[in-house]
Amino acid sequence: MKLVIINYGAGNTQSVKYAFQRLGVNPVLSNDVNEIFSADKVIFPGVGHAQAAMNELKAQGLEKFIPQLTQPVLGICLGMQLLCQFSEEGNTECLGIINETVKKFEPTLKVPHMGWNGTKAEQKNKVFNNKNEQLYFVHSYYVPVNQFTTEVCDYITPFSASIQKDNFYACQYHPEKSGKVGEQILKNFLAL
Amino acid sequence: MLSKRIIPCLDIKDGRTVKGVNFVGLRDAGDPVELAKLYAEEGADELVLLDITATHEKRKTVVELATKVAEQLNIPFTIGGGISSVEDAHAVLNAGADKISINSAAVKNPQLINELSEKFGSQCVVVAVDAKKINGQWFVHLNGGRIKTDLELFAWVQEAEKRGAGEILFTSMDHDGTKAGFADEALAKMNSLLNIPIIASGGAGNMEHIRNTFINGKSDAALAASIFHFKEISIPDLKKYLKDEGVNVRIV
Repeated sequence: MKLVIINYGAGNTQSVKYAFQRLGVNPVLSNDVNEIFSADKVIFPGVGHAQAAMNELKAQGLEKFIPQLTQPVLGICLGMQLLCQFSEEGNTECLGIINETVKKFEPTLKVPHMGWNGTKAEQKNKVFNNKNEQLYFVHSYYVPVNQFTTEVCDYITPFSASIQKDNFYACQYHPEKSGKVGEQILKNFLAL
Repeated sequence: MLSKRIIPCLDIKDGRTVKGVNFVGLRDAGDPVELAKLYAEEGADELVLLDITATHEKRKTVVELATKVAEQLNIPFTIGGGISSVEDAHAVLNAGADKISINSAAVKNPQLINELSEKFGSQCVVVAVDAKKINGQWFVHLNGGRIKTDLELFAWVQEAEKRGAGEILFTSMDHDGTKAGFADEALAKMNSLLNIPIIASGGAGNMEHIRNTFINGKSDAALAASIFHFKEISIPDLKKYLKDEGVNVRIV
């Protein structure tokens, strides 16, 4: 199986690569459109600022292609937020695959939301079949709960811990950093 | 509900784990990667690795360490020790570390906090602070506590937050190595002043101390080294105890 991690200069690609290597899969890191399109499965990671990340995607000509992918795609953290229409982080137009606005947490609790938190399954899902176990989160912006939400996490406000729309799967938490529970999610994605 | 975090800290010199008692008299407690993996399996929520190797090839050794740990570890980890520039931080984060911790470098050049948080996001910038109480006032110390500064602790951590620190790792020099409990009063005060997570460090001697720093000190995370390295406390036992005490923790 050919697994490609979109390598566009926005964070945690090494950690994600190592996590799949521990599962016996050797992913290719690439920002080449042909390479990405030829993959069986695609990982869309991301750490950092939404606007900086979108600028990178645009500079590398990737922002038009990602929404056209038809194979299973797994967005992680900022990768999930960028699938939305718009982000309040830098008032950034995103990829528009999911018609939602990414919002900033009101700091009634500490922000960033950093650490291990539980999630609640919103609907049955092949990848995110979490049984209320804890996952590792680090973020200051969130995707509101919407029709595509598969798991909900409650911190300051209930928000989407994971979503799925067609072939696009995405999670706010870091499965590559979430111990055995996270490994199972990556395995589920590989098994699609 | 967000869990309180348990963070074993590995001091690393020349590729081996060590732990100083009051930062003097180092003892060898093993291979960092093996130890890191063991802690992850036992339920540690995060790890901090402090590289105390002092060589001119500092960055290279720290990057090697970050790479080895990132390859093997399935929980987040922070690398500290010798990170004093955006380039150092970039190399370590790029190798797979989740966060970097800066201490003396931030005091000497506070602008570094701004630069790091703007470049990499505040979530990966941990500002470590060593402090000692002198005549009723807490002062920041440098170089593992050897050099006193005129910086007042609470003013400094507030400045660090304002400049973009994502987390504070506070070590009380008065408590470190004593195994008599954390500086919970100072921690609770710090918590009331800041809106970023605080890691308590220095003084863990038993499970009750850790409970106390979560409940009385309002700490978001508790860091300890020797009590874990020398198996005085096992992480599964600690988590179970904390849960029974009503502290929200992650049980694996």
